[in-house]
Amino acid sequence: MAGIKRRIFGWLDERIGGGSLEEFLRHKKVPLHRHTIWYYFGGMALFLFVIQVLTGILLLMYYRPTASGAFESVQFIMTQVKFGWLIRSIHSWSANLMILIVFIHMFSVYFMKAYRKPRELTWVTGMLLFFIVLAFGFSGYLLPWNTLAFFATKVGTDMAGFVPFFGKWILVFLRGGKEVTGATLTRFFGFHVAVLPGLATLLLALHLLLVQRLGMSVPPGVEKKIKEGKEPERSMPFFPNFLLRDVMGWYGALGALGALAAIFPWELGVKANPFGSAPAGIHPEWYFLFMYQTLKYLPPKILFINSELLGLLGFGVAGAIWVLVPFLDYKHGFGRVTRFFTGLGIFALGFIIVMSGLALF
Amino acid sequence: MMRRFSGSSRMRGWALGVAVVLWGFSAAPASAQKDSCVACHSNLPGEYGRPAKLFSSDIHHQAGLSCADCHGGDRTDDSMNAMSPAKGFRGVPAKAQVPQFCGRCHSDPSYMRKFNPSLRTDQVSEYFTSVHGKRLKQGDTKVAVCVDCHSVHDIRAPSDPRASVYPTNVAETCAHCHADANYMKGYKIPTNQYALYEKSVHAAAIAGGDTSAPTCSTCHGNHGATPPGVSSVANVCGTCHAMNEQLFEKSPHGAAFARMGLPGCVQCHSNHEILKPTDALVGTGPKAICVTCHVKGDNGYNTAQKISEGLDNLKAGYQKADQALDTAEKSGMEVSPAKVELTSAHSDLIKARVAVHSFNAADVLKITNQGVEISHKAYEAGIAALHERDYRRKGLAVALIAIVIAMSGLYFKIRRSERG
Amino acid sequence: MEVDLNPQKSTAGDGDGKPDLGRRWVNLILGSGVVATLAAFVYPAIRYVIPPPVSEATNLTVVAARVGELKNNSAKVFRFGSEPAILVRMADGAYRAFTAVCTHLGCTVQYRADLHEIWCPCHNGIYDMQGRNVSGPPPRPLAEYKVHIQGEDIVVVRNA
Repeated sequence: MAGIKRRIFGWLDERIGGGSLEEFLRHKKVPLHRHTIWYYFGGMALFLFVIQVLTGILLLMYYRPTASGAFESVQFIMTQVKFGWLIRSIHSWSANLMILIVFIHMFSVYFMKAYRKPRELTWVTGMLLFFIVLAFGFSGYLLPWNTLAFFATKVGTDMAGFVPFFGKWILVFLRGGKEVTGATLTRFFGFHVAVLPGLATLLLALHLLLVQRLGMSVPPGVEKKIKEGKEPERSMPFFPNFLLRDVMGWYGALGALGALAAIFPWELGVKANPFGSAPAGIHPEWYFLFMYQTLKYLPPKILFINSELLGLLGFGVAGAIWVLVPFLDYKHGFGRVTRFFTGLGIFALGFIIVMSGLALF
Repeated sequence: MMRRFSGSSRMRGWALGVAVVLWGFSAAPASAQKDSCVACHSNLPGEYGRPAKLFSSDIHHQAGLSCADCHGGDRTDDSMNAMSPAKGFRGVPAKAQVPQFCGRCHSDPSYMRKFNPSLRTDQVSEYFTSVHGKRLKQGDTKVAVCVDCHSVHDIRAPSDPRASVYPTNVAETCAHCHADANYMKGYKIPTNQYALYEKSVHAAAIAGGDTSAPTCSTCHGNHGATPPGVSSVANVCGTCHAMNEQLFEKSPHGAAFARMGLPGCVQCHSNHEILKPTDALVGTGPKAICVTCHVKGDNGYNTAQKISEGLDNLKAGYQKADQALDTAEKSGMEVSPAKVELTSAHSDLIKARVAVHSFNAADVLKITNQGVEISHKAYEAGIAALHERDYRRKGLAVALIAIVIAMSGLYFKIRRSERG
Repeated sequence: MEVDLNPQKSTAGDGDGKPDLGRRWVNLILGSGVVATLAAFVYPAIRYVIPPPVSEATNLTVVAARVGELKNNSAKVFRFGSEPAILVRMADGAYRAFTAVCTHLGCTVQYRADLHEIWCPCHNGIYDMQGRNVSGPPPRPLAEYKVHIQGEDIVVVRNA
């Protein structure tokens, strides 16, 4: 077995120069310390992305992106296609799981301050990927064309209209018209299966390339202890040790997804009626709840700015700061600036959790 | 001695006249034509002014007519002369004169054609065939005349939802008199019809917005209002409930009821308090109507029993299937196609209930058996869905075992390779 | 802590107290686990891509009947998606199709050969052969569907 592997590798190496890959893999090390567990979340996000692509491609074989066909095609997949229920439910559950994992990945990177020089671009590409993942969630949610999806999209895209100056054009661009219609569905489908995957692939390639070239970052606290000799500098090889553990986690995730799909299948709902009224208690998916709840608490008008615009501005500024954190937290020491940003991160995380909790209960 | 004012009294008369005319213009209705009646009377207090104030919402006003078109007189004359008999003034008609008063125009096709050619012009002659009309001729002035139902001075078209004769308002309009026990003293008819009707499915349907549902005038007529005779009841109900009537007339009950002078549908379903019928009304049980006439052992009793059984079977089968599909759906299975098929079993239940009116067990059972079969198939689909759900969970267990094996393999591999 | 992938040491336990399974066992477990899981993933995927017997979600077109199935002046109620529909063959042989859901309270309508019109048995509503509500309680006409004859099939098509 080992001999065959060596022969294939050798053949490829002569043609692609894969030897450097093997060399590189053998040399890539993962630092070992008490925060090592967070290193697994990036790989998990990548794995779930691959699951989404695979199940998504399978769903493409039966799904129809039109107002008259979408709901019926999803119903068809759930009832007539063999294992259609499995593929579709895995796709829906994995989407939610992936968003949760990227939240954790992003916050863990933030608190471990892995965005410090020279990894600023890794952080920026990662944040762009984060927004793309949220866009995947938002666009994909509409595709079954049921009542909940329709009205959640309506409310969500309404927000776009509040952007000053360009709001109206953005709204029309997103919706493919003034209202949410079949045109919106087809357009969101285009975003979801072509535009966003293309962008995500590019950014992902860049993100992974940067991670491989720059190696794994060590949190400042651990770094300091190592420098002071209070802790030995330990690491484990990426291949095979870390990777095998990664794979164990991936198997676990697969088991969880299968269980969720079989025991809590994703519901079909009722076909959207654009002329009906919104169901009571309509709200966006959980990953947007914190923004939704914040808007609810804002007073209708502060001075001359109305609450939606204020909310948009607030979250826009917060997002911009978050993306630019590597350039703002420039001292990289243990001084006040760094501690401020740690505090800011704790506030942000707490805010999101508390607001989401309030929205749910 | 002449008093010196800003002018002579004639000047003052002119000034007053001009002022009134100008005032009249400002108070003038939409029609370009002058209407001195409204102009003056809208400024009068109390009862003298009320008709004029109401008149702007009246359909006659909107057609360009004025008080004078009904009451006579001269609408262009601003003086009190406008209301002289010489100008044709008719004054306020006595109650007994009201039908002819309205009929002067409303029974004249050549006149009505000028306003609405498709309006009927036989209301007055129809009215005099009604109980109200007949009694009015005999001198009873307590009965309803045109203005009692249509109101006066603010008459709206019957198609206007605010009209007193719009379908949703008819019952209340009739009830003004017919539900007033004091007013109706001496007439020897009940006064609880409105209260009973309000409990009925028909009243609920109208309140729910279905203006095709019957109200008092639908069954009793409006201008020719008379209760339908005992032999006409089935015909009246049958204008909407055609199937039930046809089956009933052909059934043993049709001829039998006619012979006995029983009021058809009303015998079992009541006339005003028509409630939603339940399956318990059919059969031999405690709430059943059949056993008020039939006794154990006679043909009718046996038929009632068979029909009741058929209905109960279908209902039970339908509920069993509905529950199975519901359970399957709640545990996450997609069963909407089966649910759609089950709705035809529900339709069969409705058809069977209609077929009851043939009072023929075989006819009813034919329908209920069909429904039972459909329910059974739907039930099987529900059970199949539950089996599929169990199969999925078994498959999940198998996959999870495979995953656990793989994960433990990985674990041991890791431990081995990191030893030493 | 570097790792040696192919240790030449003995496979017997080296006394650290943890169970040692030996190289062959570990590889066996790992291998069979991986194969089993791959099968558990690949099997559903393969069955998924094989088209099911009803090849598409039929909601816009339905084969309502075969040519010659209906006589003149008769009709057939069939299922169209999740609702009943009615295919009428008129006295002159032409076909018309409508939704069979009465616009009054939702009962399923029928064709009356004696009246040459569509009738609702629930409250005596009547629609003419253009679907217009001409008598009784129904407040709106019946939606009409297009009828096409494809070979031996009579296909009924409805808009989105």
